[in-house]
Amino acid sequence: MPDTHSQTAQPTIQFSDVSLTLGGRKILEKLDLAIPQGQVTAIMGPSGAGKTTLLRLITGQLKPDTGRVLVNGTAVNELSPKALNSYRKQLGVLLQNGALFTDLTCFDNVALPLREHTNLPESLIKNIVLLKLHTVGLRGAAHLYPRELSGGMNRRVAMARAMAMDPQLMLYDEPFAGLDPISMGISLRLIRQVNEALGMTSIVVTHDVHEVRQLAHQACIIANGHVIAFAPPETLQEDPEPLVQQFMQGLPDGPVAFHYPGPSLEADFLDGDQH
Amino acid sequence: MIKPLQEMGKAVVFLGQAISRMRLTSLQFGETLRQIYYAGARSLVIIVTCGFFVGLVLTLQTYDTLTRFGAADAASTVLALSLFRELGPVLTAILFAGRAGTSITAEIGLMRATEQLDALDLMAIDPMERIVQPRLIAGLIAVPALVIIFNMMALLGGVFFAVFVMGNDPMSFWGNMQNSVELGRDFLHGLGKSIGFGFLAAWLAVYFGWSAKATSEGVALATTQTVIATAISVLVLDFVLSAFML
Repeated sequence: MPDTHSQTAQPTIQFSDVSLTLGGRKILEKLDLAIPQGQVTAIMGPSGAGKTTLLRLITGQLKPDTGRVLVNGTAVNELSPKALNSYRKQLGVLLQNGALFTDLTCFDNVALPLREHTNLPESLIKNIVLLKLHTVGLRGAAHLYPRELSGGMNRRVAMARAMAMDPQLMLYDEPFAGLDPISMGISLRLIRQVNEALGMTSIVVTHDVHEVRQLAHQACIIANGHVIAFAPPETLQEDPEPLVQQFMQGLPDGPVAFHYPGPSLEADFLDGDQH
Repeated sequence: MIKPLQEMGKAVVFLGQAISRMRLTSLQFGETLRQIYYAGARSLVIIVTCGFFVGLVLTLQTYDTLTRFGAADAASTVLALSLFRELGPVLTAILFAGRAGTSITAEIGLMRATEQLDALDLMAIDPMERIVQPRLIAGLIAVPALVIIFNMMALLGGVFFAVFVMGNDPMSFWGNMQNSVELGRDFLHGLGKSIGFGFLAAWLAVYFGWSAKATSEGVALATTQTVIATAISVLVLDFVLSAFML
């Protein structure tokens, strides 16, 4: 995809000098990152690198030990609980498994934020919900419960729910995990279409290198608590950094070791029963 | 010793948060009614069945014992007093914990595991308002209602045994009971306790679900903890309340 937007666009989200330790483990260390407005940015990296942590910092579920997380100029980590609630009303978040409410129908799931946060008449809510469900191709499933739909469809309903309040910022946490190729293709197209149609900023946490090329304007790779690459996906292939190469080519061994750290093979086999 | 105390402290803080965030304008009446149905109405089968058999066996044992002292007439009084003051509220609360408490814990624990609580938070909908408060209020209302039904069924069981099995006069059975049982001192005493037990059972069920680890093992452990903690707490609270009320 040609990089028509490049990094000249104004940043919507800015991480400045962000460090975070969780459970005694350093996840992010003095991380700096600026995510531009109106584009789709993919966040990639090995498992446990802190991709989802990055999303949780943007949503205000986590606070950094040091540094600031700025969204449209507002420091999310300094917001009061009340201000954080107002801020979250402008966010759309698609969680890994969709997180639909199993005791509500698809229609009621999508209607929930509208009923909670607006005083719109039920007739208007109905129109908005059906419109959102139509966007994700599931208007006909409005009356069904999440258990009656496939995993991919559940995630599309969750996407419709995330879009219900017309957010300016959409966050997707591994939207393609466990999807078949058809569902993956649908999700891919939807994320891109919705971003362009509504002029929002989208951040997609994913492992899927191939899909990122079709989806994102730029990709950011995180490893060892830092951003090790931030560029349009097609140029990442040429990045000389060994970790970027290992990730992009899916090599089993490299800077991220195949074997879990432990004693040497000789020590384990020759030194008797240690386990 | 420290761990249970820490857990108790956390449960108290959790309850404080749930109550402090309660606003009349945001009370979810529809959801609360639904929870009363799930926790209360759906517990009716176990409450009705257990109540009837508790009444049967209690009357059987009481008749057998009192007959040795020539005081078989007092059986209905013993039955009513032990039911209204102790057995009704305590057994109902423990049965409620086993039937509805575990279900509340498992439901909230699974909501945690499947990120539904996170989703509410991220939609700026307070999970305390939407999930916790309706279940607390439902427990407060459902348990006293279930206690009344349990007592009623136990009395029916008692009458059935005394009249149809032992061949006693039903008028004397009811008459002796009416002469000795007082509304305020006995019936309302037990009903007052049941409000406390209902709140306790719902609180512990919601708390253990809320704090469950987001794994299948975590949810299983949380449901077990609900039953154990509720049974012990109800019996301790029963002693404390009885000591103050008598």
